[in-house]
Amino acid sequence: MTAIARAMGAALAAAGLFAVSALGASGGEPSSAPSPSRERELLALLKQDCGSCHGMRLTGGLGPALTPAALRTKPAESLVATIVSGRPGTAMPPWRRFVSEAEARWLVARMVSGDVNAP
Amino acid sequence: MRRSLHESFKALFLLLIAVPAAAQLRGTGDLGVVVERATGRVQIVDTTTRAALATIDGLGDLSHASVVYSRDGRYAYVFGRDGGLTKVDILAQRIDRRIVQAGNSIGGAISQDGRVVAAQNYTPGGVKLFAADTLEFLSEVRATPGPDGAPSKVVGLADAPGGKFVASLFDTGEIWVIDAANPRAPNVEKFGNVGKQPYDGLVTPDGRYYIAGLFGEDGLALLDLWHTERGVRRILDKYGKGDEKLPVYKMPHLRGWAIAGGYAFLPAVGRHEVLVVDTRDWKEVARVPVAGQPVFAIARPDARQVWVNFAFPDNGQVQVIDTESRAVVKTLVPGRAVLHLEFTPRGEAVWISARDDDRVVVYDTATYLTLATLPVDAPSGIFFTARAARMGF
Repeated sequence: MTAIARAMGAALAAAGLFAVSALGASGGEPSSAPSPSRERELLALLKQDCGSCHGMRLTGGLGPALTPAALRTKPAESLVATIVSGRPGTAMPPWRRFVSEAEARWLVARMVSGDVNAP
Repeated sequence: MRRSLHESFKALFLLLIAVPAAAQLRGTGDLGVVVERATGRVQIVDTTTRAALATIDGLGDLSHASVVYSRDGRYAYVFGRDGGLTKVDILAQRIDRRIVQAGNSIGGAISQDGRVVAAQNYTPGGVKLFAADTLEFLSEVRATPGPDGAPSKVVGLADAPGGKFVASLFDTGEIWVIDAANPRAPNVEKFGNVGKQPYDGLVTPDGRYYIAGLFGEDGLALLDLWHTERGVRRILDKYGKGDEKLPVYKMPHLRGWAIAGGYAFLPAVGRHEVLVVDTRDWKEVARVPVAGQPVFAIARPDARQVWVNFAFPDNGQVQVIDTESRAVVKTLVPGRAVLHLEFTPRGEAVWISARDDDRVVVYDTATYLTLATLPVDAPSGIFFTARAARMGF
């Protein structure tokens, strides 16, 4: 059951990725940037809901710090995978129900740059 | 004789009218604070007039702030995420003292006699003790190193009778009983292998039992403080029966755990259920299906109702469980992102914070009618001075 669910999750994620790249190809531009209103939602989610464990200022709590200094050595793709799929055995849940892989990639870029405040 | 008495009254009258209005005497029994988490401020509130009296600024990062009270109910000790510990004088409406005692902190407790304030820290993992009057540092109990080599994060700190503090170590699965009789050199009694990832704890209202919730497995760890020689035992073992739990988007909080009429109402981790446990034998007697994953389950002081709020994404609702029928009897929608609720000392009203609507809503707990709505910037914890007189708060 779990394996099937995981496989389905992976398939969905892959489909999402495919949809994004297809869109990007047809539009002639990378379309991974969320709309301005969705950006604000994502940054609010980061501050408030990721912040429940990582701290509202992302300086860490029950979960590790998500500051540029803390993330510098971590590959972006593994951070994206952690957001979307969670980390089994830890308190980090999968967020794919609320955040697409493209949105997770956008969030990681913002966290790495330290620019996480909503406009 | 009569004349001198008359003169005395006259003198007293003159003295009274000479005292400026600002220095009028009042008690603190109907006061409290509401945390404005995003701006590092607290509002001092009055539960009789249902109004804010003052805003105190400059308390640092309050993203996971908690508060304990001096035993006279005058001072609120505010623990901030950034390690700040601020002693707020709620009568004079100002900061009395403030220190930054750690890099990353999660809360604290105050000793039975009110002399020692204890802070539980994530960085560096451990417990620090301070003099309640001056905030002078007294000692540090450093936690056992976890798998990454850093001292374990400390969660679920509670005061207990006999001048003790009890805490859980998240990364190493321990419960520690800290005897602070000599707060400059505390004794620590350690219990290992209590279960995977204890994430919070509480003491029962009588101070006898300490219970830690486990995140890493289904069950809770129970320590009888009358008989610590019997060690920690598991209760509600495998309450999830091995089913995969739902993703948890916010950790439940246990300090408000409801002990009502001999039964404990506990949030089930990763389930839309409140577990009901008989406190005589700690066996499960019922489960109440609710609207989401419970965060706080708090008993009205008369124990007839338990009010529950929920984790993201179901955090716009609050449900009321009737403790006799063990069924949800009311669902309320106070606003977006309900983070906390606090009953007035005798429970005729409850104050509920709705973070994303920037308001605190006060309900009549008998009629569920709204009694007041207060504008508060991103409110989180609500703490009334009645906590000063309660064990485990």
